[in-house]
Amino acid sequence: MQKITLKGRAFKFGDGISTDLIIAGRYADLRSNLPELAKHVMEDADPEFIKKVHPGDFIVAGSNFGLGSSREHAPLVIKMAGVSAILAKSFARIFFRNAINQGLPVLICDTDLIKDGDQLEIDLGGGVIINVTQNVRQTFTKIPAVMLSILNEGGLVPYINKYGGFKL
Amino acid sequence: MGKTLSEKIISMKSGMDVSAGDIVICPVDLVFVQDTTGPLTVRQFRAGKNNTLVNPSNSVIFIDHASPSPSLSLSNDHIFLRNFANETGCLIFDVGNGVCHQLVAEKFANPGDIIIGADSHTVTAGALCSFATGMGSSDIAIAWALGKTWLRVPESYRIELKGKFQKYIGAKDLILHLIGTIGADGATYKALEFTGDALDDMSMSQRLTIANMAVEAGAKVGLFPSDQVTHDYLYACGRKNKYKPLQADADATYERSIIIDVSKLEPTVSRPHSVDNIALAKNLGDVNINQVFIGTCTNGRLDDLSQVAKILENRKVHREVRLLVCPASRSIMAEAIKAGYISTIIEAGGLILPPGCAACLGLHQGVLGNGEVCISTANRNFKGRMGNPESFIYLASPATAAASAITGKITDPREVL
Repeated sequence: MQKITLKGRAFKFGDGISTDLIIAGRYADLRSNLPELAKHVMEDADPEFIKKVHPGDFIVAGSNFGLGSSREHAPLVIKMAGVSAILAKSFARIFFRNAINQGLPVLICDTDLIKDGDQLEIDLGGGVIINVTQNVRQTFTKIPAVMLSILNEGGLVPYINKYGGFKL
Repeated sequence: MGKTLSEKIISMKSGMDVSAGDIVICPVDLVFVQDTTGPLTVRQFRAGKNNTLVNPSNSVIFIDHASPSPSLSLSNDHIFLRNFANETGCLIFDVGNGVCHQLVAEKFANPGDIIIGADSHTVTAGALCSFATGMGSSDIAIAWALGKTWLRVPESYRIELKGKFQKYIGAKDLILHLIGTIGADGATYKALEFTGDALDDMSMSQRLTIANMAVEAGAKVGLFPSDQVTHDYLYACGRKNKYKPLQADADATYERSIIIDVSKLEPTVSRPHSVDNIALAKNLGDVNINQVFIGTCTNGRLDDLSQVAKILENRKVHREVRLLVCPASRSIMAEAIKAGYISTIIEAGGLILPPGCAACLGLHQGVLGNGEVCISTANRNFKGRMGNPESFIYLASPATAAASAITGKITDPREVL
């Protein structure tokens, strides 16, 4: 597998970031207009986030990230904002699956070690996070094989288009 | 080695002898979307090479979340979904039929089924011993195309319920208590499997309330055994031929075991802004409320409305409170009219909303203003859930919500009876 290194800045959030905080239900009337919807990403958690985030940056959160609704728009708008991966202590189940299905890496690790604004480099295949700012190295939990292959194809639809079905 | 209910159902469906931790490909019995997840699902489906519905009669669209539509763009989304149903022959339940999860229980879910839906509260059908779980649009689109999905067999928590509920205390108090005990991520990726002698007296309506909120503890599924209550419910829904008894083996392996004596439970409330932030209603002090919302896939069924009507009979809703009541489906609304519950609620000062999700998710029919407080029988009180991050949502049972509507503050129902 080719080595994929992601580089960017950490934006820290707390525990229990719900899909309502990621993309509020009140914007359901924008769900068929994704560019407009994406302007409201993380709005109720940090209204300034969309102005500050740059392509490649990371969302770094506490436990149970993405709890709540099954709306796949949640990882979709995070990806559209340019975020290259989400790091959290744990993820809610549906969000985790949806993120992989949208080709957005979701990595489980001890995020207490990372501070807001830290510059990170992540070797996806190697399972390693280099915190450039703090000059420390940490690892993340391995993604299950089936999900890793979906991620490698850029999401579930391209994966199925390539293989014609699930390959376990 | 004995099997949990989850292991049993997934083994039967996949044709493999599975246990917790295994990853399998499984055929699915029902694959559905609702109107806020449906349009993306249709687009993902069309982006696939194989974009013919493998089984139109098991592929369903429910228009319930924005119902009837409050905006131009959502109306256009509804047209998009109706056109897709016309083109593909999938089933569609349009505006006014009710909340998807209630309709799945009334019309589709059977013991041993595997059900996936693009809605997190798909877990509701676990009450009928269906392995039912929420997924996102891509997974649903692929299941429409292939008729199957991949699943990791979850580890299970055994939740033993014993004893009898006290009057005006029930399923909602129990599930809030459980989520408060284990936490909003206490069962992430796990199955909650309910058992115990308290189930004998627990109606399908109560089981649906409990299974519905399994996801609020992070669970993948909340399963009840298939027993006499299941049999009688299926019979009443015209599906008695779909009944089969199903329960976990006595020697199944569980990751965790929790025993709850339901006779010790008291009216329980979940405070803003997370479901596991629970307290007893009697200990809350004076929490003044602006709106009471009774309904949803959690608590919009006939016995919920019956309890509300009993509490409101010959009483008036507090003058500073708006009481919104929404039956979960058209058939429940019709039954509630016949039983007189609807007129009791209206005479007390309540307002009846059309069957659907109504105010639950902040799109329409009861969006809260800045600083307003709502007590709701729904399943989520996240910040912003009811359309305004500057408002506050408390979750409670229909009895607690109805009692609070009378007093204007959050009230233990035993205080007004």
